[in-house]
Amino acid sequence: MLRYIGNRLLASIPTVLLVTILVFLMLHLIPGDPAEIFLGENFSTPELLAKVRADMGLDRPLHEQYLSYLGGALRGDFGRSLNNNRPVLDEIAARLPPTIELTVAALTIGVVLGVGLGVVSALCHNTWVDTLAMALALLGVSMPIFWMSLLLIFLFSVRLNWFPALSTDGLQGLVLPALALGLLSSSTLARMVRSSMLEVLGQDYMRTARAKGLRERTVVLRHALKNALIPTITVLGLQFGQLLGGAVITETIFARQGIGRLYVESILRKDFTMVQGLTLLIAVAYVLINLAVDVAYAAVDPRIQYE
Amino acid sequence: MSNPALHQQSAGPAAPAQPARQRSLWLDSLRRMARNPGAILGLVLLVLMIAAALLAPQITRYDPAEIVPRDRLQAPNAAHWFGTDAFGRDIYTRVVYGARISLLVGVVAVAIATLLGVTLGLLAGYFGGLTDALIMRGVDVMLAFPGILLALVIVAVLGPDLLNAMVAVGISSAPTYARVTRSAVLQTKTNLYIEAATVAGVPTWQIVLRHLLPNILGPIVVVTTLGVAGAIISGASLSFLGLGAKPPTPEWGLMLSEGRSFLRQAWWITTFPGLAIMLTVLAINLLGDGLRDALDPRMQK
Repeated sequence: MLRYIGNRLLASIPTVLLVTILVFLMLHLIPGDPAEIFLGENFSTPELLAKVRADMGLDRPLHEQYLSYLGGALRGDFGRSLNNNRPVLDEIAARLPPTIELTVAALTIGVVLGVGLGVVSALCHNTWVDTLAMALALLGVSMPIFWMSLLLIFLFSVRLNWFPALSTDGLQGLVLPALALGLLSSSTLARMVRSSMLEVLGQDYMRTARAKGLRERTVVLRHALKNALIPTITVLGLQFGQLLGGAVITETIFARQGIGRLYVESILRKDFTMVQGLTLLIAVAYVLINLAVDVAYAAVDPRIQYE
Repeated sequence: MSNPALHQQSAGPAAPAQPARQRSLWLDSLRRMARNPGAILGLVLLVLMIAAALLAPQITRYDPAEIVPRDRLQAPNAAHWFGTDAFGRDIYTRVVYGARISLLVGVVAVAIATLLGVTLGLLAGYFGGLTDALIMRGVDVMLAFPGILLALVIVAVLGPDLLNAMVAVGISSAPTYARVTRSAVLQTKTNLYIEAATVAGVPTWQIVLRHLLPNILGPIVVVTTLGVAGAIISGASLSFLGLGAKPPTPEWGLMLSEGRSFLRQAWWITTFPGLAIMLTVLAINLLGDGLRDALDPRMQK
């Protein structure tokens, strides 16, 4: 098992290195000069521009710049924001907790609702319960996250006045954005869990379990659900990615001070060092999460052999 | 659906022994789909949307960008079926014109994704070895950017506007197409007829395009259809964030973003474009699910 984890970690190193190259090149692919963006159009004189360029290392050969970027990144130094000259990492660290809270809350809602709906749907296969649940899930899959968010604000904030429309720090402000993200995630999961549950329910060992005289509860929970959830684990990593992408939008709508909102703000104000740092950190985190999901998958399913 | 139909005609004269069987395979699928009420509903909705997009000037009375200050923030009424926005623009007109933009975004983005992804998937799957390793490594790198993030990165580099948003959505969804195509190729290329063609000395490009591609069209048609739905949502999301269409373009995501601050006074500004996106995406998802079930009853996602 440890060897498997080690191998997977090694295998992801080239991917991460290529990601760093891409992210590094980003700063050089953008139209315009980072030094000019940093100075702003009105304040740049040729001398000042040359000095800032030298400070940022932009006058050195490309490969040298890359190596120093990579070296810095390994030590946690992602450069300074073109917007306010603060270290990129400090800014990201300050904005990380709201996003983690949001994604964890949303994933919890998504898994509980999604698995529940999927299982009930499969157990009531071809009844009105199944049809209704799947119609709702399809509706959820077809709903853009920003419209879902606005609907929730309209209902729970404008009409009922139960929760704030702006995401303040407390638990109150977390409810609506987490619900918006969680509902969408649960729609995808419900459709998956249902089809994998239906597949398991048709297996021979289900008939065996029933023939043994096991109680229906045991049959469903111990024999069916446990097996049906295994393929679901594989999509959890993907779900996490969807949630991070969704967080960009929900955080913007609910004015939540997380990294999703920081990302959009940075793109709009051309703060490319910040965009670089955020992109790199999110990509590396996502690679690690997918690795963890694969390991969990291998651990849960004894049929999978780790090489 | 036009793809497979076109293919029949082009392959018919070239391979006289095959067309009868092939045609019936696609016909069978069509028949299966015609029995699926969801797919039919999706098709009807989608045709309505396309018709509305094409006939926009004929079925609306106003200019989608015309500002009429004295008509601002009117609730839905006989003159303005869906009400008006903060600039007095007719929302019904803007929603109808918006169908043009969203459908275009979906089609263009998916065309880019298909061209890129299917080509790479064909190359990787057919040639294997180093080609495969290199291409799939590239795909892995692209997949390291979760969800809409890759599109955001591309828009950040290209600069925010509608065309760049289409390109960004297209490129960022290409990896999925590459993966689906590659695994379909791997399954298909071991078939005897491919071996026979190779032995007979048929040029490689002909084997890939005339023998391999037609036989893996099923899964590609399915991901492409469902992909249009995803691309419409992604495109609208970018515009919503201010990274796509610019005002006064009647783009649905942008309209929702503009109506955000009027949620309390004027629910209709966000409701109608929101419904429009949802119905369009729902229609395409219904159609895509139907196609998937019809083309391969065993294939489940």
